Amino acid sequence: MKVSLFITCFNDTIFPETGRATVRLLERLGHEVDFPLEQTCCGQMHFNTGYQEEALVLARRFVKVFGGAEAVVAPSVSCVGLVRDSYLPLAEESGDAELVAAVRAVVPRVYELSEFLVKVLGVEDVGAYYPHRVTYHPTCHSLRAMRLGDAPLRLLRAVRGLELVELPEATECCGFGGTFAVKNADTSVAMLGDKVRSVLTTRAEVCSAVDNSCLMQIGGGLHRMRAGVRTVHLAEILASTEEEPAL
Amino acid sequence: MSAHGSMIPRVPFEEAARVAIEDTQLRRNLGKATTTIRAKRLAVVNELSDWEALRTAGAAIKDRMLARMDEYLLQLEESVVRAGGKVHWASDADEANRIIVELVRQRGATEVVKVKSITTDEIRLNEALSNAGINATESDLAEFIIQLAGEASSHILVPAIHKNRSEIRELFMRKLGVTNLSDQPAALAEVARTFLRERFLTADVAVSGANFGIAETGSVCVVESEGNGRMCLTLPKVLISVMGIEKMLPTWQDLEVFLQLLPRSSTGERMNPYTNLWTGVTPGDGPEEFHLVLLDNGRTNVLADEVGRQTLRCIRCSACLNVCPVYSRTGGHSYQSVYPGPIGAILTPQLVGVENAPSLPYASSLCGACYEVCPVKINIPEVLVHLRGKVVREKRSRLRGRYSPESLGLRALGWTFSDASRYERAQRTGRRAQKPLVNNGWIERVPGGALSGWTGARDLRPIAQQTFREWWKERK
Repeated sequence: MKVSLFITCFNDTIFPETGRATVRLLERLGHEVDFPLEQTCCGQMHFNTGYQEEALVLARRFVKVFGGAEAVVAPSVSCVGLVRDSYLPLAEESGDAELVAAVRAVVPRVYELSEFLVKVLGVEDVGAYYPHRVTYHPTCHSLRAMRLGDAPLRLLRAVRGLELVELPEATECCGFGGTFAVKNADTSVAMLGDKVRSVLTTRAEVCSAVDNSCLMQIGGGLHRMRAGVRTVHLAEILASTEEEPAL
Repeated sequence: MSAHGSMIPRVPFEEAARVAIEDTQLRRNLGKATTTIRAKRLAVVNELSDWEALRTAGAAIKDRMLARMDEYLLQLEESVVRAGGKVHWASDADEANRIIVELVRQRGATEVVKVKSITTDEIRLNEALSNAGINATESDLAEFIIQLAGEASSHILVPAIHKNRSEIRELFMRKLGVTNLSDQPAALAEVARTFLRERFLTADVAVSGANFGIAETGSVCVVESEGNGRMCLTLPKVLISVMGIEKMLPTWQDLEVFLQLLPRSSTGERMNPYTNLWTGVTPGDGPEEFHLVLLDNGRTNVLADEVGRQTLRCIRCSACLNVCPVYSRTGGHSYQSVYPGPIGAILTPQLVGVENAPSLPYASSLCGACYEVCPVKINIPEVLVHLRGKVVREKRSRLRGRYSPESLGLRALGWTFSDASRYERAQRTGRRAQKPLVNNGWIERVPGGALSGWTGARDLRPIAQQTFREWWKERK
């Protein structure tokens, strides 16, 4: 299958290793990966903060860039969530019938990475090797908006060498919430404190998730404490092999 | 002119929250209480194989009522009058208070007993009664506690959730002159019981809210746990019930759905201990006079908003509060409205106007836990984002808002993202600019601007040495 990678601005700019891992993984599974260079940002931050005018411009851009793609895959469940849940109402509110039609055409072909692997490609064992003790944080979008179910866990369970430890109170929000993390910094940090405590009780060396935004929140807290636990995106674990192990 | 004072935040949510978060006893009390209720709710919801169908039915019934609210309201009035009750229409809080004060005065009463009701808190009825020389006694144990303490409710269902047993014991000893009191729940309840019995037997007028009002029959329903509500609803000669117009249900049969949804969602019980239902007046049985005050107070404005109107489905169960990660850290008082938590964050700004509560729609990480438990499927995250859009449009309509750092910053980012080469230039510029801040692959302190809030307690990842797109171009 020809996969168009929607990297997301956040991963492109701050977490390129997640993008490189996604490419490696999909190519290893025999798929052709394309990266349309015209892509920028889906508009999630603008939309969720109330700047729908700007978000609409970015939604237009997204459907133009990815309009002809066979499958659009992103290693970020919240960005995929925005495209799938909010682009249509945004387009409808704009009153632009052409945009509505373009959104309707592209939305069913936009997938989050773990969902694409398990539900579209039907693979759980991607041939990965990652000899570390890992706990998995199911992000709010993966649980309640995109309903990924246990797709990420199925993938993790099939990774050789990986010891998966259950995260207590896993379904609790980490406190990121986009601009919430800075607008309501104190509340966000109070939520993070409880999440970090849960992560530490697992005695895992790695905390993984399907969204680097939540991982930057959790990882930023862990690093500030010098807690000795790192955050690693699921894509990087799945890309890791015995020949080319990831950290 | 309209008394929205019980709902207009004095300071932004984040400022109130900053103080509340520091209160470790509050965090402990809230954490313990919400965790307990959550577990109970989950257990009784999981027992029902048709829970999702019930939620869908609950939403559909309320939507049917909202779509033809004008007709149902007239039908309700007709039904209540037919059953011997009187109906009063109040467009706002002041009008409702005037009506109620006048009704109490007509009876020549100076004491009223109250059934727990947030709607009467919304209109600040106790204050209006007190100004008219009428003393109102709250009969719900938790409401009684916070009335004694001179505090506001911090939870829709459990108004004194912020207090623990020993704090209540101390309050009773100080305010009621009780000595030798233990902090056992039964002992504390006994103190309140002794005090309240007297009031039930002597008050001429009772005031209640309403959980449901049935347009078809004119019946009003109040559910409760203690039985104190039933005392108020049956003993005094005059009963005045204040009902927000959205509490209406079209038919008697609709109760079947809601009497399953409400107790399981609110207290985590299969059935609430007391379900009070009455239709007008019955000679020789219960009050001689029944008055239903129908309150708008901003609700028709909510109805006019296509996205926001789902808020009016709310049955005040408070399940959203109990699962909210923000509420459980900040407590109810941070919302500075009688409606706290996720439902408050969408209801309050709609009732008082977003310009009067612009921080509330942002009091959420959009985690979606509230939507998942809502028994009438109010998509709270969707409404929050919708209201944020209104806040931004409202701010941008004013010069100061249009040129605020946030508005300018997000506009500039939007402009940057709307062109790929502009975006790439920004990545390179940012990478150069961040250099003095990066230490060993992390940014530990940003001196000013929005990101300084981030680095107050968290480290930040910098822009990568090589962006993904730079790697991709190099690889090709």
